[in-house]
Amino acid sequence: MKCFEEGIDGVFVAGCLEGECHFLVGNLQAKRRVQYVKKVLQSIGINPLRLEMYNLSAAMGARFTEITWEMTNRIKELGPNPVKTGRGREV
Amino acid sequence: MVVGEQKPLEEILKMIEPFDRLIIAGCKGCVAVCAAGGEREVRFLASAVRTARKAQGREIEIREVTLERQCDPEYVEQIRGFVYDYQAILSLACGVGVQYLAEHYGRIPALPGINTTFVGGAEKQGVWSEKCQCCGNCVLHLTGGICPITRCSKSLLNGPCGGSSNGRCEIDPQVTCGWQLILERLKELEQMDRYLEIIPPKDWSQSRDGGPRKIIREDLLR
Amino acid sequence: MSKFKTNSRLERVLKSGYFAVTGECGPPRGADPEAIREKGELLKGCVDAVNVTDCQTAVVRMSSLASCLILKEMGFDPVLQIVARDRNRIAIQSDILGAAALGINNLLCLTGDHQKAGDHPQAKNVFDLDSIQMLAMVKRMRDEGKLLNGEDLTRRPQLFIGAAENPFADPFEIRHIRLAKKVAAGADFVQTQCIFNIPKFKEWMKRVVDIGLHEKVFILAGITPLKSVGMARYLKTMVPGMDVPDELIERLKGVPKEKQGEEGVKIAIEMIEEIREIPGVHGIHLMAIEWEEKVREIVEGAGLLPRPQV
Repeated sequence: MKCFEEGIDGVFVAGCLEGECHFLVGNLQAKRRVQYVKKVLQSIGINPLRLEMYNLSAAMGARFTEITWEMTNRIKELGPNPVKTGRGREV
Repeated sequence: MVVGEQKPLEEILKMIEPFDRLIIAGCKGCVAVCAAGGEREVRFLASAVRTARKAQGREIEIREVTLERQCDPEYVEQIRGFVYDYQAILSLACGVGVQYLAEHYGRIPALPGINTTFVGGAEKQGVWSEKCQCCGNCVLHLTGGICPITRCSKSLLNGPCGGSSNGRCEIDPQVTCGWQLILERLKELEQMDRYLEIIPPKDWSQSRDGGPRKIIREDLLR
Repeated sequence: MSKFKTNSRLERVLKSGYFAVTGECGPPRGADPEAIREKGELLKGCVDAVNVTDCQTAVVRMSSLASCLILKEMGFDPVLQIVARDRNRIAIQSDILGAAALGINNLLCLTGDHQKAGDHPQAKNVFDLDSIQMLAMVKRMRDEGKLLNGEDLTRRPQLFIGAAENPFADPFEIRHIRLAKKVAAGADFVQTQCIFNIPKFKEWMKRVVDIGLHEKVFILAGITPLKSVGMARYLKTMVPGMDVPDELIERLKGVPKEKQGEEGVKIAIEMIEEIREIPGVHGIHLMAIEWEEKVREIVEGAGLLPRPQV
């Protein structure tokens, strides 16, 4: 939430593949928390698509690149965070 | 403990609409345990509110503070030094805390950020359920340690009613029939003879029905 | 069980050894006395007493007391129903005195369906008393002339006191014990929830007779005629505490839709005939919900007409 408060346009959270978390279920808990923050973003008028969780292993370099492009393009389309423009709700 | 849930963000935003300088006050007591109004929740909410305001092109100054407990005059007094620099206090404590703040700092509005819901406990991480109605006259020794006032949807003292089905309450299949549980416990404790006794009508005057209650301990007064 | 405690016709019928028949009337959702009178007309001569429900399923309807008075004026012996859900002990005692003053002779003490399932789920719960405490309270008013707080009444209400019991609710093992508690509290008669599972009802009756309850209280078996497969399924799945065996549904399915009602009436008559043979059963309570026109046919078909002169 702090990121969005400071004007960051998009955030993605990377967690291990489900079932392969080093911390057993840390990735599942993270998933739930990300879902919660998405809901909060929606209620304050910020597009929840600006936040996303992805699952991949540290060895999946190609996938990481893929995700980065995906998110970058998504955010480019959404435009700047309303916090920077101050123009009100975008959803 | 007291269990509650944060109000929907839309409702909170509407409540604080007129204010640009706000205190968000959390509590390290019950609401921290049920993750509704502790220090973490204060931080998150403050950030969300600032974000919402910025998106609207408005500013808001938020002072984040988390008290040891808001149900104690000693701790509530701790913010006296700066409280009137702000226009309102949004309390994330239970209804008691909000009222204490309102009483101590009557010149600015004290707003409830959570819906105080019930007295109960945790079933497991993330799940809390209602266990006690604060009826003022505990009869748990008669019902195997399970409260008929709380766990029975109709608060029957001589249950179960005819709507008990497969151990479920008629109001919702997700709700266990309190009296089914009581009977199972009485059986386990070999106290089924208790079930044959008719429990007389409850004296509700000792509960909230009799008016707001107060306890004075003479032995502890200074 | 020999002397009459009240002016109730139902009491006279039962204590004279006849197999009793009681019916039921659901009041309208409006200030319309004609709706009650119409239902009453259909029941004339078929029943010894007629129950009037009290906002059943927590749905607002004309009050039981008002409807009872309308039926009384038509010559019926009404059974007032009071649920614990909506009134506290003060209001209940007051209504009891009022009912008795108006010449209502029978009272059924009930817990009541929870308001969550009704049409005003936001209403405040009362449940100051439960049905068993209510029974004890009324009995004391009638037999000792005292209010719940121990103070004297100026005139005692002469009421024949009833309770309801559901042999099909869980847990099954205590259902006859619960009946025993109601009898100990003061029930003169009991009406059961409607029966579709006769073997289970027989099992319950056996337990009831084993502890001698049939000699302490009059037991009336609840009967509801099934109109259709849809109704049977609805009762089976949507109403808590209802036990509708699949064989019954299959039997109705085996008949074309227009004939299902007729089959339902046949089933009801057969059930009454079988239930009459069960030791300890003193009568039936016929709840032909929104189908009062079938009551005469059923009662007649089961050989229970004419009703006795007492």
